Amino acid sequence: MRLRSVILDTTVRLVFDAALVLSVYMLFAGHNQPGGGFVGGLVAGAAIGLRYVAGGLDEALAVVPVRPSLLPAVGLALAVGTALWPLAGDEPPLDHRVLEWHLPVLGEVALATATIFDAGVYLIVVGLVLMVLDGLGREGDEEAEGG
Amino acid sequence: MTALVPLPVLLPLLGAAVSLAAGRSRGVQRAVGVTTLAAVSAVAAALLAHVDGDGPVAVQVGGWPAPVGITLVADRTSVVLLLASVLTMLAVLVFAVGEGGAERTQAGFHPLYLVLAAGVAASFLTGDLFNLFVAFEVMLMASYALITLGGRPAQVRSGMTYVVISLVASTLFLLSLALVYAATGTVNMADLHTEVADLPAGVRSGLAVLLVAVFGIKSAVFPLFFWLPDSYPTAAAPVTAVFAGLLTKIGVYAMIRSQTLLFPPETRPAGLLLVVAGLTMVVGVLGAVAQNDVRRLLSFHIVSQIGYMVMGLGLFTVAGLAAAVYFIVHQIVVKTSLFLVAGVVERRTGTGHLDRLSGLARVEPLLAGLFLLAALSLAGIPPLSGFVGKLGLVEAGLDAGSYAIVAVSLAVSLLTLFSMTKIWSNAFWGPPPEPEANGTEGGPPGRRLMLAATGALVALSLAVAVGAGPLYGLAERAGHDLVDPTTYLEAVLAP
Repeated sequence: MRLRSVILDTTVRLVFDAALVLSVYMLFAGHNQPGGGFVGGLVAGAAIGLRYVAGGLDEALAVVPVRPSLLPAVGLALAVGTALWPLAGDEPPLDHRVLEWHLPVLGEVALATATIFDAGVYLIVVGLVLMVLDGLGREGDEEAEGG
Repeated sequence: MTALVPLPVLLPLLGAAVSLAAGRSRGVQRAVGVTTLAAVSAVAAALLAHVDGDGPVAVQVGGWPAPVGITLVADRTSVVLLLASVLTMLAVLVFAVGEGGAERTQAGFHPLYLVLAAGVAASFLTGDLFNLFVAFEVMLMASYALITLGGRPAQVRSGMTYVVISLVASTLFLLSLALVYAATGTVNMADLHTEVADLPAGVRSGLAVLLVAVFGIKSAVFPLFFWLPDSYPTAAAPVTAVFAGLLTKIGVYAMIRSQTLLFPPETRPAGLLLVVAGLTMVVGVLGAVAQNDVRRLLSFHIVSQIGYMVMGLGLFTVAGLAAAVYFIVHQIVVKTSLFLVAGVVERRTGTGHLDRLSGLARVEPLLAGLFLLAALSLAGIPPLSGFVGKLGLVEAGLDAGSYAIVAVSLAVSLLTLFSMTKIWSNAFWGPPPEPEANGTEGGPPGRRLMLAATGALVALSLAVAVGAGPLYGLAERAGHDLVDPTTYLEAVLAP
């Protein structure tokens, strides 16, 4: 049976969701304010790391319902996609623009295509954290089980 | 045409993403890898045809004009080296599929290999120093993982050497970049061409020597080569082959590009480069002669041959640079094919140790033939590609009146031939081995594919020799561009 610290466990559960929300906020704030995909990804990665410390590898991996390596795959495809698609319109690669829509209820919504790139970076960072935990975390986990 | 320039960087990254997602199906990964590299080869070939006809093409990534934005530049030198590199990587990938080692057991091989390809392409195409650093890092990140793929203790130990030395080099590179930026306020290489000229002579010389040191570690010149023969031989055979063929040459390319483009003729460290070139040739080949393991022996030869390229650069003449460009193309292909031969030998016999190898020419006549062609080409026997490259270098050296380095290079050629005959007489001649004592009966399963990939590379090296006329003409035009970068500057800085 794994030894769990009640204080750590409870705190991590309290903090975890807030940290994820913060990470997504940072992802979107990144265009005009401090933040961005990398920072957001790091915050989410740190939150997942906390889950690992508190609940072990399986709990950390359960945060994402897919294979960890899919995240960087999708992220890389998104980032490269934003670099490639301006080429189709004879623009330089990674040329970014702001898309604006008028949506019911929400009103004016603007999305810089740079955000898609950032979302790709976010996924890569989170995915790599999961892959590192998956690859190296099992041993530490077993030690904790044994102790 | 400009749309083609970023593709050699972006396509492999896209391929890496698909390959990562398809981690469970090796078949899909193989298809993606081969298709991507074939596509990049086609793009590079198209770019080469265009650039050779119409001059350099530059793309400002993100639409920000130089020197503010990120610039990618395709010119003769970078594209011809890119094409040779990508074709080599394609052949090595096919070899890896046949070999069925790390490629089969590790899901990460294919994505990492494609990321490496993207880093290689970015190193050739980048038009500013900072992105050269980024490209190096992309390449290094992939290479850290590739060199230790399999995780045997010996690999991890020598991988550590590689990681530490690469980190030191990267730090030094970053520091040099900071100094360059502090002195000039730009990192765009075309812009630096004008800015550096206004600096005091002492600062210029300092920056030039610092960059030589940084790229010297990457390209393993004397006295900064010690890490290479230690770390390369333990990796999986295809990984060693591709590292041997490409990574050090990219260091030399960066050295050539930075020295010719950034610094005005009077502050180029020509004397230093020639001394370093001579010592690199001699020390490398002496190290090679002393080795008893095929891959270690060949690793020392990487070092030795780097000396020839630096010699071409050190002359700083059109003829010298043209010979260097041709020689790098020749080396990328030939060196890789030699390592592939070593890979087949190891797969076949279970060892790469010369004392334990014997009589392979009887068992593997085709392999012996391939080795002979590549080895003689490396040693510079006419009419193979190594001869053409060395002849060009010797002529350039004589024209420039650098007789000492010419004498050294000829003597080293003899020693190279000697060490190649050492492999030949120990491994290929002699009584045939005990019937399949430690190898597999009738050869390992992917033997044909491995031999085909090796054969294709050797054929490519023959093509480099047969097509020496047009290719050398191209190299001469490239050398001309390097000495007089007017068209390069116009392509980058013109609005």
